[in-house]
Amino acid sequence: MLELRSIHAGYGTFPALFDVSLEVRHGEAVGVIGPNGAGKTTLMRVISGLIRPTSGSLAMEGADLLATPAHRIVELGIAHVPESRRLFPRMTVEDNLRMGGFMPAARPKFARRVELVYELFPRLRERRRQLAGTLSGGEQQMCAIGRALMSDPKLLLLDEPSAGLAPVIVEQVFDLVKRIRAGGLNVLIVEQNVQQVLRVVDRAYLLKAGRIRAAGTSAELLQSEAIREAYLGV
Amino acid sequence: MAILDFYLLEALINGVLLGGVLALLSLGLNLVFGVIDVVWICYAELIMLGMYAMYFLYTVYHVPIGIAAVICIVTVGVLGVLLHLLVIAPLLGAAPINQLLATGGVLFFLQSAATVLFGIEFKNLGLRLPVLKVSEMFISYARLLAFAAALIGMVLVYLLLTRTYTGTAIRAIAQDRQIMTLMGVDSRRIYVITSALGGGLAGLASCLLVLQYDVHPFVGLSFGPITFLICVLGGLGNFVGGFVAAFVFAEIIALGGLYLDLEWGYVFAFVFFIVMMFARPEGLMSRRS
Amino acid sequence: MTRPLGWIAGVGLVALPFVYTAAYPLHILIIILIWSFAYTSWSMMGRFGLVSLGHGGFMGVGAYVTALLWNHQGVTPWIGIPVALLAAALLAVLVAYPCFRFRITGHYFALVTLALSGIVLQVITATRDQTGGSLGYTPERYQGASALYALQFGTKTTWYLIALAIWGAGIYVWHRVDRSMMRYALEAISEDEDGAAAAGVHVTAEKLKITVLSAMMTALAGALYCQYQMFISPDTVSGIAISLQMVFAVVVGGLYVSLGPTVGAAITILLAEVLRISFGTRAVGWDNLVYGVLLVLFIVFLPKGILGSLLDLRRPRRGRPALHA
Repeated sequence: MLELRSIHAGYGTFPALFDVSLEVRHGEAVGVIGPNGAGKTTLMRVISGLIRPTSGSLAMEGADLLATPAHRIVELGIAHVPESRRLFPRMTVEDNLRMGGFMPAARPKFARRVELVYELFPRLRERRRQLAGTLSGGEQQMCAIGRALMSDPKLLLLDEPSAGLAPVIVEQVFDLVKRIRAGGLNVLIVEQNVQQVLRVVDRAYLLKAGRIRAAGTSAELLQSEAIREAYLGV
Repeated sequence: MAILDFYLLEALINGVLLGGVLALLSLGLNLVFGVIDVVWICYAELIMLGMYAMYFLYTVYHVPIGIAAVICIVTVGVLGVLLHLLVIAPLLGAAPINQLLATGGVLFFLQSAATVLFGIEFKNLGLRLPVLKVSEMFISYARLLAFAAALIGMVLVYLLLTRTYTGTAIRAIAQDRQIMTLMGVDSRRIYVITSALGGGLAGLASCLLVLQYDVHPFVGLSFGPITFLICVLGGLGNFVGGFVAAFVFAEIIALGGLYLDLEWGYVFAFVFFIVMMFARPEGLMSRRS
Repeated sequence: MTRPLGWIAGVGLVALPFVYTAAYPLHILIIILIWSFAYTSWSMMGRFGLVSLGHGGFMGVGAYVTALLWNHQGVTPWIGIPVALLAAALLAVLVAYPCFRFRITGHYFALVTLALSGIVLQVITATRDQTGGSLGYTPERYQGASALYALQFGTKTTWYLIALAIWGAGIYVWHRVDRSMMRYALEAISEDEDGAAAAGVHVTAEKLKITVLSAMMTALAGALYCQYQMFISPDTVSGIAISLQMVFAVVVGGLYVSLGPTVGAAITILLAEVLRISFGTRAVGWDNLVYGVLLVLFIVFLPKGILGSLLDLRRPRRGRPALHA
């Protein structure tokens, strides 16, 4: 479904990703783990079009993402939940969700989608008229995920969903991801929190200093030395 | 004593009426700044052109005033888009001083173009709108109309911003520009729409102002600086702040003009502004960083 | 800069009016010198990112205070001018202090200063009984013996030398600031105010100092203009157009170079004269029209100005010196 080949990307003169190749197949949930500064967020941004790679190829169900203008990538079925949520703070929860469904194809489905999101996140329904900036961390994460779901995506990109959240909340968030996953949505998660993400995904890649160091099923990676090395530098 | 009370009340009411139009002006400026992060220094000059358009449409070509107004609003809206595409868009990544200077250049250009094309004489619509007499006070019908139209305009903008997808995107882009593409929003299109909206509001304001004031190439100098002060005091990009500040300034101008020449009203407004900066800098702190 | 060349040019400039006495070109030179001085004063703030769109206000204050004191109170410009400078300084502090204290910068600062020049113009117009309003104002011709007392000289040569001296002083001040600690402090402030403050720089004080200096110099230019032309009006010495003209000229000539504003003044004034001569009386508005278009084009294509861009071509990319220099 999603294919990256030999992606090189960076910021100006500062390269962040080197020769990164990965894929997400239909029906899969895939994780990208790695320590701080590995380039995980950069990877997400390349996929969703926020930054363009300097070389390599990127395709979603055969469609060349690099040839697609950034604001049309969501039409291909990719929805990105950015790092630190990035909700619109002075807009209500419902308005934030509305923005998620901005794309023309999503607008007729707004009523149905928003119902779905409220079913998944009942707390959001209670707070639909509340300004998003006043929500708690966990609620913001839910709202951000809900916003991404509004476009009825095929692939959900989650960037560090656990960031800045209390462990209890993190559990809840990943439980929700499991439920979304069970609903048939493909997920690509980048995370620092190895334990949480590996219980939710089928496969994962290990990204360190901009390169893929290892790949395998969750079970394999949990046992591998590579992770310990990457995180602890041992 | 009683007569003075009436003059005072009349001035207060005129202040409110003026405030409506100033609020409209500041809304346009705030919209553009909030969304595109650029100040159109030549905003008052766009209004000046709108006023000339009304003059020519109505007085010279005898177009019915309602139609003239619509044409005027659309025209200045288009001017706003042109301004954005030709001057602002190429400079979106440049230092703010360059953006300011570029619109300053346009200010020069528009003032001079008007001088060359239309001459420096004052031109008037020649419309004599009735003056209402309410007990001892004289309220100009033109002012009332302007106030009503300004309010309607602002309500329409409010509805646009809250009830439509485009309007919601405009509000969103002012809060977080970078992630807009994730939701399928083409930022450039939003900028163009906002520029059209800013221009349209200027066009509406020019229709209202031309009912009360003569037009000449430098008429923008009469309310440009005030609009800037209003927006700064209310917080650039802060719609509610600008709205409130507009009425406060309008009252000061009206009251200042009550006892002295009109220009003193502006001077008082500026002094008030300086005092406010000392006294309540938070009013200015509500800017976007 | 090549020293001997500079000296030769300097001597040449001083000797000029004695060799070449045609009145009109001398007049143009004097105008260019006075405005160059004004523009240089502005650039001393502008180069540090303190973009003021209100210097027309200071110039107006300089011109009108001097003229008013002379006409109404008989005060000699030798006293009148310092008073005018003081007034400009006061105005600068009044407006700039709250801006700097409360970290009002960039767009906000530019707009506040823009409004300032607009308001000065309004005040001049409002006090039309004293100032003549938009019709302009004329300092009275001094009938007495000493031209020096009234600072009114008949001969262009004298004025040329005075203007040249003041202009030279302006360039000198520019260079003194360029070599001073204040320059580094202000550059640090313009890059990162918080960082500079953390490093011990008195941000508000430094910004105020350069603003007051710039305002006073600009006011001096206004006073000089008044004494030379013997006629001032709100549009010619104050207001938004003047403020913008200043910025335009400096941008054209080059913001970070000492002679940039002078080059800009020469270009813009000569341009205006050429237009005036070719179009005759129909030129009203054409020069500003061309300014406007040129300003926009310059900003888009040559943000460093003519002189700045030329100098960049001559030597390897220098840019503004970094803090660690």
